[in-house]
Formats: sequence, structure tokens, C-alpha cells
Amino acid sequence: MSAAHDDHHHGPAKGISRWLFTTNHKDIGSLYLWFSFAMFLLGGTFAMVIRAELFQPGLQLVDPNFFNQMTTMHGLIMVFGAVMPAFVGLANWMIPMMIGAPDMALPRMNNWSFWILPFAFAMLSATLFMEAGAPNFGWTFYAPLSTTYAPETVTFFIFAVHIMGASSIMGSINIIATILNMRAPGMTLMKMPLFVWTWLITAYLLIAVMPVLAGVVTMMLFDIHFGTSFFNAAGGGDPVLFQHVFWFFGHPEVYIMILPAFGIVSAIIPTFARKRLFGYDSMVYATASIAFLSFIVWAHHMFTVGMPIAGELFFMYATMLIAVPTGVKVFNWVATMFRGSMTFETPMLFAIAFVVLFTMGGFTGLMLAITPADFQYHDTYFVVAHFHYVLVPGAVFSIMAAVYYWLPKWTGYMYDETLGKLHFWLSFIGVNILFFPQHFLGLAGMPRRIPDYALQFADFNWISSVGGFLFGASQLILLVVVIKCVKGGKKATAQVWEGAQGLEWTVDSPAPYHTFATPPDPKLIHAQ
Amino acid sequence: MKSENPRSSTKRLVTKLLFAVVGMFAFGFALVPLYDVICDITGLNGKTSGRYSMAADSEPVPVSEREITVQFMAQNSAGMEWVFGPNEAQVKVHPGEVKVVSYRAKNPNDYVMTGQAIPSVAPNEAAQYLKKLECFCFAEQELQPGEEVNMAIRFFVDENIPEKITKLTLSYSLHDITDYEVAVEGIAAR
Repeated sequence: MSAAHDDHHHGPAKGISRWLFTTNHKDIGSLYLWFSFAMFLLGGTFAMVIRAELFQPGLQLVDPNFFNQMTTMHGLIMVFGAVMPAFVGLANWMIPMMIGAPDMALPRMNNWSFWILPFAFAMLSATLFMEAGAPNFGWTFYAPLSTTYAPETVTFFIFAVHIMGASSIMGSINIIATILNMRAPGMTLMKMPLFVWTWLITAYLLIAVMPVLAGVVTMMLFDIHFGTSFFNAAGGGDPVLFQHVFWFFGHPEVYIMILPAFGIVSAIIPTFARKRLFGYDSMVYATASIAFLSFIVWAHHMFTVGMPIAGELFFMYATMLIAVPTGVKVFNWVATMFRGSMTFETPMLFAIAFVVLFTMGGFTGLMLAITPADFQYHDTYFVVAHFHYVLVPGAVFSIMAAVYYWLPKWTGYMYDETLGKLHFWLSFIGVNILFFPQHFLGLAGMPRRIPDYALQFADFNWISSVGGFLFGASQLILLVVVIKCVKGGKKATAQVWEGAQGLEWTVDSPAPYHTFATPPDPKLIHAQ
Repeated sequence: MKSENPRSSTKRLVTKLLFAVVGMFAFGFALVPLYDVICDITGLNGKTSGRYSMAADSEPVPVSEREITVQFMAQNSAGMEWVFGPNEAQVKVHPGEVKVVSYRAKNPNDYVMTGQAIPSVAPNEAAQYLKKLECFCFAEQELQPGEEVNMAIRFFVDENIPEKITKLTLSYSLHDITDYEVAVEGIAAR
């Protein structure tokens, strides 16, 4: 199709400069995804250190301060390095192809928003090799742990967070501009695939809260180096203020990590159920409601700091309200599968596991939302089990489902289905052995973020660690599958999956370097 | 959207989004004073409000027979070595009645130190009804080596305090601010 146009842009440049200077959304998408996978392995390695230390009671492998560095770095790397860049990578690859646009709206900024990320994480990871050690105050970096009592490397952490924030903000500006301005004729807002919708809303969330995160780390920087007292009680500040500002960012942040996952699952389930998505409009409204509610529930993370009873009730009810739009979504996914002619290829397996296990994580979230119960659960392994259920078999499974689903479109080859299924089943079994016992540990009173524990917790910790090693090792299968699929295999057709609908399946596999240089035929655009 | 040049509309959209980013960054900082105002109004976190001032001739008088127990507590923040505590553990007051109590502090070290006490009231909702006419927490305290002082609080309990509150606790945490250069005016507002 490029023959009719300017000839100066046939294919990718050769060598390393292709990747350094690329402005192509597909290249940048691939960079994001590979970077995210590298961070997933790094953060996973930290998790393995944590689970190895917790394999049995007592201090065996690492000293407590290093253990704290591991929990902190694991959280930071997984949230900001693995999950968020993976979704941005998928957005880069898929959004222009889904809405019939030739590229992202701001291709050069796109290059920049990716390439500052490796520097941020190099800076953050380098603290592990410094004398003061890596940040050890938890990924939530509560003051004064992260100010008065922080290791000197906290400044590296602060600037790393600034850079990650800048990257996310540029990425979301780009995504909003692409979605609002570059849709093909006939692609009205309510015809957009749900992945595009969820990302549009996610991008707005990012623009609203990443600057607040930048603000809170800036306040920390000032407290540490310039003698201000934002969070220092001695100077008239208030450490509780930190928690309010942090969670004002932090709660929308957890939806930033799950809304694109909803979009992915809403793309995959209809394909393999061979039915249209049930309740498209309600999906859009539910996503928007969840995004709105995410701004008024932040204090449910801090019920125990002391709040007027009216405040606790407000945040409790507002939190429980989120179960309503989320329930609508789960209902719609199940209704889409209902009486569909389902097949269970690897993406569908991950998507179904997402629906089941994410819902379980949602239920434990409801338990935590009950204020009086939260006083019991707060800072125990129950919380750890809850947010790992929504983030690992939630967000991470959706990313894996997306990778399997679109991999043939990216590489032009079918992946090895046997290995894919093996990866799924080992992950599914591993993740449940890993996190399910942590519910029991938490209910029995085991606190989170400790390197040692009382003897009665030994059995469930042992089981959890075994699950952790199984889950961690199985992720290497994904690496093998992807590398094999990049190298070759059975040729993929343009549509790839029998039931797949949408513009991305109308272009060849692998997707040409430039797609939709001319807008697609409006007749190809399906009502969702 | 379709009729105009997509590049200029992208430019306008990006400008708007950048304004939103800057606005939200500023909002993050605006949360700081906002938080103080909200705490002041609601007594959230047991923050007491600053110096209560009234007309000189309107010294409050006991307005009810209700008796409220006010307990006094003290704690040192990490690294603060002063001997610090209330002179009386608790007093009974009638709402509206002005009371004077005192804390004592001693600097056991052989160098000059500066301390700053930060008050907090439990239960939180009682905080706004505790009115301080005078308090050592309104200023920083400088103690010479070995010096011991008594520091006064003049306060009354507002008559509008809810019936269900029969007892409240005023707690001070004492911070070592010898090495800080903090703007004390800011603290005195508490």
C-alpha cells in the first residue's frame, strides 16, 4: 500500500539505530514489552529472594535490612517497571491498528517516553550496589521512613520516580491525542474496541495522578535536603499527610494497572466464545464509573491511622460501591461466554483464569473495605494475598493473555500451543499455591514485610514458597515461547483466530511496518 | 474534527493536557494547606487549633455542671533526651471554665537544646472543643544545660462539646529541633 505514497519510508532502519531513533509505534511497542519482561524477571528475582528467606522461620539467607530492600524493590519494579510499561507497550502496538491510524499522534515524544525509562530503572537498581543500600521503606515509601530514617540513596529513588512519572505522563498524552484525533473515518467513540476505551480512561487517570506522585516525592526531596517540614511533625508537618497524598495517587494507580486488563479480556473472550461482547455500552460506563470512584476511596488504605467515624463510613461505602461496576463487568464476561462456542487456546485460558482469580481478589478487597474488619487485616499477609491476586492472576495474566493473543499478529507465526498451555497450567497452579495460603497466614495474624515469623506460620509459608518457585520458574517458558515464535513456526493468517473481529485482524500477519497509511474502508469497522 | 487540520487540533489537545498535568502537580501541593484546613475544621488526627483569643472582658465562666476529665500525657520523639511530663495526670473541668496546668521539662545534657512540643487530642472529635488560651507549644523551648522549667497551658473546654464525651486526653510529643532551622511561626499556628 505504500507504493502509492512517498517512497522514503519503506521499512525499518538497520542495526541498533533502528531501536534508538525509532518513531514507529510497533517498534516502540516492542521495546516497551521487552523492557517490561526484563523488569518482570528482575522484580521476580527479588520475589524469589523474599520467598526463599520466608521458606522457613528464622533468618537464613539475608539480613533484615536487605530483606526490606527486596520487598521495596520488588514492589517498585513490578508496579512501575513491569506492569505499567507492558500496558503502554500493548497500547503502542495495538491502539493505532485498532482505530485505523497510521501511527501514534506524537511519534517523537513516543520515542522519548520509552527511552527515559531504562535510565530511571538503572538509577533505581544501581542503589543496590551502593553502600547505603537500596530503598528499604516499602513501595509505599511512607514518611518518615522515607525521609527522616531513609538511607541516603533515597534521592536516587526520588529522581527515578520523577523520570518514570514523566514517561507515563508523556505516554498518556500521546495515547489520548491518538485516540481522540486519529481515529479512521467511521470509527466513532462507541465503536472503539474496549481496549482502546479502557486505555483512554486509564490515560486520563495517569494524567490526573502521576503529577501528584511527582509532587509528593518532590515534597520528600525538600524535607530531606532543604529543611522543609511537609511530613516532619517537629517542624509542624504531619506524616499522615504523606499517606493522604500518596494514596490520592496510589488508589487511582491500582486502577491504572487493571483497567487496560479489562480491555484485553474484553477483546479475547468474544473471540474465543465466537460471540459479540455482551453489554458493550455498560462496559464503557462501568469503566468510567470505576475511574471516577477511584478518586474518592483513597483513605480505605489508611483506616487505622485515625479518622472521624463519618470519614471511615464514607470511605467504606464508597469502596464497596466499586463492586457494582466491577460486578457488571464480570457479569458481562460470563454472559459473553454463556452459550458461546468456546475453544480454549492459551489466550482464552489466561482470560478465563483472569475472570475467576481477579474476582477472588475483588472479594477479598470487599472484606478489606469493611472498616472494623480492616483493623484486623491491616498490614497482614491477607492484604498481600489480596493485592497479589488482583495484580498477578489479574493484571499480569491479562498481559500474558494479550501477548499470546497478538503474538501471531506481531511475528507472523503461530506460537507453540503446547508450550503455551504448559506455561498457563504451571502458572495457574503455581500462582494459587503461592498466594492462596497467604490468606490464611494473614487471617492468623502474620504481619507483612517481615523476614522472620512465629513458628505457627511455618507450614503455609513453606507451601507458599514452593508455589512461588514454581510460578517464577514457569515464566521462563514464556520467554522460550516468544523467542521460538519470533524465529518461526506455522504461518499465521491475517485473521489469526477464527472468531477475531476488529481492524487489527484485517492487516497481514506479521503486521507491515506501516499500517493504515490510508484509512481503512469504513465498512470494515464493526459495531462492537 | 474531520474538517480541521488534525495537527493543529492535536496541538491544542496536547496543550490542554499539559495544563492539566501542571494543574494536578499544583493540586498535589495545594493538598498540604487544604489538609491543614480540613484537620482544623474537623479535628481530624486530633489536631488542636491554634491560640484561642477572646475579648478581654469576656472571660468564660462555667456554663454547666457537667464535669469533663482532661488527662495529660507526654512522650519524647526518637532521640529526644529531655525529661518531660505533666505535673498533674488529670484534672476535672466544667465546660467553659478556664484551667491552668503545667508540664515540666529538663535538659539533662551539657549543651543548649531546643525543643518543640506538638499537641494531639484523643478522641479526635474532641480536639476542636479544647481551646488553648496559652500554651508552651505555641513557641519553641530553649533550655540551658541542666535547666528545668515548668511550662503552662491555659485552656478551657468549649460548652458545645458533645454529651457523649466525658473524658479527653491531651498528649504532647516533644521533638528535638536543636539542629533545625524551622519556621516557628508555622508551628505556632497549632
